[in-house]
Parts: sequence; structure tokens; C-alpha cells
Amino acid sequence: MEKIPNQKAWFLVLPVFALVAFSAVIPLMTVVNYSVQDTFGNNKFFWNGIGWYQELLSPSTELGGRFFASLWRNLAFSAIVLAIEMPLGIVIALAMPREGWGVAFSLVVLALPLLIPWNVVGTIWQIFGRTDIGLLGYTLHWLGSDYNYVASPLDAWLTIIAMDVWHWSSLVALLCYAGLKSIPEAFYQAASIDGASRWAVFWAIQLPKMKRVLLIAGLLRFMDSFMIYTEPFVVTGGGPGNSTTFLSIELVKLALGQFDLGKAAAMSIVYMLIIIIVCWVYYTVMTNAGEDRGSARGGP
Amino acid sequence: MARIDLVDLAHSYAGNDADPSSFALKPTSMTWRQGGAYALLGPSGCGKTTLLNIISGIVRPSRGTVLFDGGDVMALSTQQRNIAQVFQFPVIYDTMTVGENLAFPLKNRGLPRAQIEARVAEIARLLDLTPVLGRKANRLSVDAKQKISLGRGLVRADVAAILFDEPLTVIDPGLKWELRSKLKVLHRTLDLTMIYVTHDQTEALTFADTVVVMHEGSVVQTGTPEELFVRPAHTFVGYFIGSPGMNVLPAEVEGRQARIAGHLLGLDKSYGALPAGARIEIGIRPEFVDVATPAPGLLSAEIERIDDLGRARFARLRMGNLKLAARMPKGLSIAGSAAGLVFDPAQIHVYADSRRVEEAA
Repeated sequence: MEKIPNQKAWFLVLPVFALVAFSAVIPLMTVVNYSVQDTFGNNKFFWNGIGWYQELLSPSTELGGRFFASLWRNLAFSAIVLAIEMPLGIVIALAMPREGWGVAFSLVVLALPLLIPWNVVGTIWQIFGRTDIGLLGYTLHWLGSDYNYVASPLDAWLTIIAMDVWHWSSLVALLCYAGLKSIPEAFYQAASIDGASRWAVFWAIQLPKMKRVLLIAGLLRFMDSFMIYTEPFVVTGGGPGNSTTFLSIELVKLALGQFDLGKAAAMSIVYMLIIIIVCWVYYTVMTNAGEDRGSARGGP
Repeated sequence: MARIDLVDLAHSYAGNDADPSSFALKPTSMTWRQGGAYALLGPSGCGKTTLLNIISGIVRPSRGTVLFDGGDVMALSTQQRNIAQVFQFPVIYDTMTVGENLAFPLKNRGLPRAQIEARVAEIARLLDLTPVLGRKANRLSVDAKQKISLGRGLVRADVAAILFDEPLTVIDPGLKWELRSKLKVLHRTLDLTMIYVTHDQTEALTFADTVVVMHEGSVVQTGTPEELFVRPAHTFVGYFIGSPGMNVLPAEVEGRQARIAGHLLGLDKSYGALPAGARIEIGIRPEFVDVATPAPGLLSAEIERIDDLGRARFARLRMGNLKLAARMPKGLSIAGSAAGLVFDPAQIHVYADSRRVEEAA
């Protein structure tokens, strides 16, 4: 049978094209457009080429200095929360009950922080940490600590990290729990027959079987923590000084505070590229890790 | 290496107070001799896996005791019982190489390195795994993985018994034959007690020297494949083993005669008083009933269809409202559907309430 060319099919995909254009392509291209121009009041635009990008990527300039400072801050923050939340999530998942009423109970308790709107999370911790009325801040003061997240950069960091761990460890735990539940009982039976210790069961069975979900959990947590805005904005507003000014906070200061649309647009593009590249590298490395290429090395 | 005795074993997943007729394993006593190759045969849900898991210690029975060489092992864990078990789906440790997988049980028991390596090399050679020892185990085919699971059991020199829980379910038919003959060879070389759970009669009959048939939580017969075929102790054994299964026909039996559907049938042996009120049936395998041209003195039946199984032809017949199967002798062709039946009296068994009745002297 001969195929009849029918261009009407294009009409069927048109809505999707329109939707993607309006939701992603057009806004993105607007940003690209801003990033190569300088803006003044009264909507005056001047062509600036790759000038903003050059300034952004050289740490000696004012813009580049701010960008790299918040980038390192943000990378450090992501590394710290990942280093805490991943092991903690695994430990929580391992400690969760496998059957009975405890399953539903622990699932609900774990899901609670995930259901709270982000600015509410920020507000909760902002109040929690206050030394006059907050339970945490007041207690620490009463115990003799001079904890004050408004004045001390270290305390501000500790508060924000504690908040993120409180907020997001559940996600890692729930994903790991799902991974653990999918391990067939025969694996545990075989391990007990093989005389494996609890530790060996973890390393030989549970961790390898959780690899896929851990990969997803790590990816999600990296992206989220690298894009974090609301919670630190509510708790510290980026301070004290610039000590908790992460990339997104810096970006908002630049775009809305100073109305430097060109600089902010260039920073957005680089910011986005960093996230995409890091995620791609992470995913590629993790999916290839531990796979041999079928080479026979011989011997146990 | 051990003789395994099961003493009055019973198990209910619903707890000890459950109705005895609902028990997954009804009270059972039996002995598995050292070095035997046993098959535990029965349909899904007949309690064979439960029985296996009780022996290995994964399931704690509601009642009864398991003895290894006369010693009570009920208090011992699976590991302490020194049992190896191969599951339906291959269990391998993904991150390890084949060699590391095989070495794992020995490493956990703290054996010296040299000894582990020697033993792993030996088992790998037995299982033809030597060429892949350095490969990641999760990259191999499913039959190689199943061999690794088996190898982890064999690698321990002092293992008391190897239990197989339908180990060939996920293996391709061609490789099934290969693995099964491998198992037979291993059994002969290593002199191990092997218990093999399956619902596949071919697997059971080719692997085992003793087949244990289970039905609804009870062991209904233990015997060699030949015994199961020639003298089924229970109508279920007759029906489950053999293809087509045994003909089981309601009958009245008196002395040396049986009456089925109004016809008299001579028996080889004399049966005395049968249990009063019991359901009496006779059983005869289709292989021992021949179809013949109708003649006076023969039971007459109507042919419904003929199945050609290649090596033999079997006729499906109807006699009144009874159905039965019978062998078509080579070269016989019958015009029309009317046929006569020739029974071999020596092969007729009498069953009271499904259990075989021994003839009176």
C-alpha cells in the first residue's frame, strides 16, 4: 500500500509546539536576548555582545567576583547537604518497619516535611531559631551558647543546613525505602545461608539494589539544593553580609534589586548551563560506575 | 553430609490454632537418607516449598522436629544448619565478580585465603564457570547466574544438604536439560543429599532416585519413579504422574471382580472386605488398557478423539458417563466410534477413599 502524504498531522502537534514555545523557548530566548544587551531606563537597549559573559567569568571584575563567591558558596552548600542527607536517608530507610501499622505511620511522618510550602518551612525555622521566642534559639541560649543566626555566618549556615536536612532527608529516605522494598526475600535468605553479617548484607545486597534510587535521589537533591532560594531568603535574606547569598539570591538581587537585566540574564544562562552539565556528568559517571566491560581478568 | 529426619512436622501460616485442615503442611514424618537425590513433586500450593523452608530453617514449623543425623536442629539458624539452598530466581551479589560470589560464603566463615581460592577454583571447574571467574556476575545469562547460586552452596565442603526450590523455572528449555544432567553428575561426584522441589514431573523423574509426591499439604507417596508409575499409592499420584494420567473410575469391588458402569471386570487379585462407607474406585493407567474392535465379552465404549503423541496414540473414550483414556495398538484402525476395551488385570489398582488398597493374600 502506498502512503499518502498528509500534512494535516502537523496540526496535531501544533498545540504542543505552541505550549513549549510559550512556556520555555520564548522566555529562554528573551533571556538570551537580554544577556547580549545593556539596558537603561525607558526601555533603551544597547548591543553589548558577549561583554557580560566575559565580565561574569573573570573573577577580578565586580560582577565576576560576586558570581564566583555565590557559586562556591552554593556548591559547598549542595555538597554538605548531599553528604548529610544521602547517608541519613539510607539509615532512616533501613530503620523503617517492613510491615504492620508502623509502615503507614512512618510514611506519613516522613511525608509531612515534604508537604509544607517552602516559604512556610523558611518561616518555621526563622522563628524556631530566634533567640527571644524560638524553641531552638532560646534553648541554645539557655544552655549558654551564643547562637545567633542573624549575626554569625557560621550559625546562619548551620541553621540553613539543619533546615534543609529536616526538609529533604525524607525524600531520600522514601526513595531508598522503595528501593529496599523491591529486594526479593530470597536475597536475604540466601545471604543468611551464606553466613553474611548484617554489614555484608548492606554492602553486598541492599546498597547495590538501592543504586538506581540513590542515583535519582542524588540528582534531585543536587538540583534542588543548587537552585535553593525561598528558604534561605526567608530565614537570613542572604546574610549576615553575603554569607548565605546563594546563586539564585544573587541573581534576584541583580535582576530585581539593581535591575541589571543584561548581567542577570548572562548569569541565568551560565547558571542553567552549570546545572545541566553537572547533572549530565553526574548521571553519566554514576550509571557507568561499577560496570565492567566484559573483560575476563580471571581469578577471584 | 547428613541424614535428615522429619518428626511429626506440621505448619500453618495462620498460627498454631488454625483449623488442621487448612494447614499448609499436615503432620508429616519422614527420613531423607544421606547422599540421596530426592524430588519433592506436587502442584503449586501443595506445601512443598513450606517443607523445604522448614528443613533449611527459614520457616519455623508450628509443630514437630527436624533432626540432622539424629540431632535436633530446631534451635539452629539456617547458617548453623549448614544447608545450601538454590532459589527459583538466581540470587547473585551484583557488585561482585563470579569468583567473589563463590568465595563469599567461605569469606564470611573466615577461611584462609589460599584455601578459599583453591575451593573456588575447584567448584568453578565442576560448574564450567572457570572462564568467567573474573567477570561481573550481573552481566551473565540467567543460567550462568543460577549456576553461581548453586556454586555458592557447593563451595562449602561440609554442607549437610542442598535444597533446590524450582531452580529451573526461569531457564530456557534447552539449557534445562543441560543443567539437570549437570546436577546429576554433581550428585554422583560429591555424594551430597539433594532435595529438589518442582511441579514438573519430567524434572522430578529424571533427577531423583526417590520422588516424594505431595498433595494438599500431605505426602501421598514416596518411591522410585517406577513405583510411582506402576503402583500409585493415591489416585492423585496416578493422575499427576504420567501423561495422560491414570484412569480413575468409580466401581464396586467384590472378591476378584469389579463392576464399573454396569460391566463386570475380572481382577488379578482378590480383595477382602473393603472399608465400609468408603468411596471405592479402580485405577488403571491408559498404557495398560488397549482399544480393540468391538467384540462380545469386551467392555464397549465410544471413541471421542484420538491424541497422537508421536511415540504412541491414545484414544479418549466415553463409557456411559465415564471418561477414560486407552492406548491405541499400532496399526489398529477402527471404523466408526464404537470400540472394545481390553484391560490388563494385573495393572488394575483398587482405591478406597483415594488410597490404594492392598490385596488380601
